[in-house]
Amino acid sequence: MNSALSITKNIHDWLYEIMPEGVANIVEMVLIALVYLGIFAIAGLFLVLLERRVAAWFQLRIGPNRVGFKGLLQTMADAIKLLSKELTGTEKADKLLYNLAPYFVIISSLMALSVFPFTREFQAFDINIGIFFLIAISSIGVIGILLGGWSSNNKFAMIGAMRSGVQTISYELSIGLSLLTMVIITGSLQLSEIVEVQKSGWLIVQGHIPAVIAFMIYMIAGTAETNRAPFDMVEAESELGAGFHTEYSGMKFAYFFLAEFINMFIIAAIATTVFFGAWLSPFGITESIPVLGVFWFLLKTLILVFLMMWFRWTFPRLRVDQLLTLEWKYLLPINLVNIVIMALLVWHNLTISF
Amino acid sequence: MERIIFYCLAAVIIVFAIASVTSRKMLRSVIYLSFVLISIAGIFFLIDYNFLAAIQLTVYAGGIVVLIIFSVLLVHHIEMELEMAKTSQKILTAIGCLTGLSVFLTAIYSFEFNEINNSLTTTTEDIGTGLLSYKAGGFILPFEVISVLLLAAMIGAIVIAKGKKLTEKNNDPQ
Repeated sequence: MNSALSITKNIHDWLYEIMPEGVANIVEMVLIALVYLGIFAIAGLFLVLLERRVAAWFQLRIGPNRVGFKGLLQTMADAIKLLSKELTGTEKADKLLYNLAPYFVIISSLMALSVFPFTREFQAFDINIGIFFLIAISSIGVIGILLGGWSSNNKFAMIGAMRSGVQTISYELSIGLSLLTMVIITGSLQLSEIVEVQKSGWLIVQGHIPAVIAFMIYMIAGTAETNRAPFDMVEAESELGAGFHTEYSGMKFAYFFLAEFINMFIIAAIATTVFFGAWLSPFGITESIPVLGVFWFLLKTLILVFLMMWFRWTFPRLRVDQLLTLEWKYLLPINLVNIVIMALLVWHNLTISF
Repeated sequence: MERIIFYCLAAVIIVFAIASVTSRKMLRSVIYLSFVLISIAGIFFLIDYNFLAAIQLTVYAGGIVVLIIFSVLLVHHIEMELEMAKTSQKILTAIGCLTGLSVFLTAIYSFEFNEINNSLTTTTEDIGTGLLSYKAGGFILPFEVISVLLLAAMIGAIVIAKGKKLTEKNNDPQ
């Protein structure tokens, strides 16, 4: 039963046997970091492929289908092509900040990845303020976008960066408040405890009406936070060239590109953890096989990712004023009322739990 | 192990704090400042005070630095450099900083710190009940005062942003 999960424990014991404690500690940290980097790269690449296939499906095309079996290796080939490309840059750019910007974006999304409970055992950093940490980290990523836009010394990039700043700062409120609505039920910010609470029904069932409203607000705000269509004014192709990463090429562009897809994964994974019970199986059908937790987690996350792709290929782009009206005049008031309703429900024990 | 991490963080803080006041490019100083603030969050993580660390990340690194970057983006061109201060000003500032530092250091070194060996992390529940308790040691009064202050700031911001429209509307009936 525990064969797959005991691998980590075996490696842990083995490392402490052959090395002094301090060194083993560091080696273990490096190994965990490498595992997460691997997840990061592979998930990013295959999400790009998924996006292209889904886009093709929505537009009645076939999509990438030549490289590898059914085109599975297409994005790998793209990544290798990008690696071999020249890194260009503008002459009068602020070189230091220009080169620094992609790392802000990529490191913040990598840090966010570390707190998710993929299964009961597979969680690198079970911090006691899990959700709050995620919100904190996601607010740092925007610095990279602002820097990239400003330091490339290009008007289009600059406008894209400004739009991104406005958008992220406003929609962060909705994300935070909609997650707070669910925290009222769980009574804890720790992700493993949130999963524990959901053993008596996923939170979207426990909180019924306010939870569904919170979920809808969360998905809208999450799509805006990742700068994806219909909220992609940051890189609106028809207006701004490519927005904040107009001047980036090769691997630096790929960093921004991968980080966008990983951010989408992160938004979906937060929703999975908070609303849909993370690694818990529906009705507990595979509770005796804990390894399947990873499968359920990824399945739920990918369904939500598909939902976000569906948004992208269905809705037209919003204007800036429409975007801000949506956030400040609709989502935020609805959200505040929703929190009060949820608090009343929890107070009077009107939540559904099995 | 923890000692090494602490010294690394301390070195980062000192180096980037100096860099942020000596750099002549405005946005670079802001970025150095953000590194300082993030490393301070790292020190809070090191002493297991996760809540304060996350607050530090959201409020300072995520909120204030982003706002400063935003204002720099609006007013500052990429080729502009900050001007150097006059020598008299430099000397005055140096004297002021040294006095402040000496007061600070004497205060730290004259105080005897007790070493506490508990690794208890403060939960958000403790913080929440502490903020709302009106018994001895509770923080209900400062909490409420700050909330009134924030409300006033918000109303002030709206009035400034909408200033013209509001006054025009009020003057219309006359």
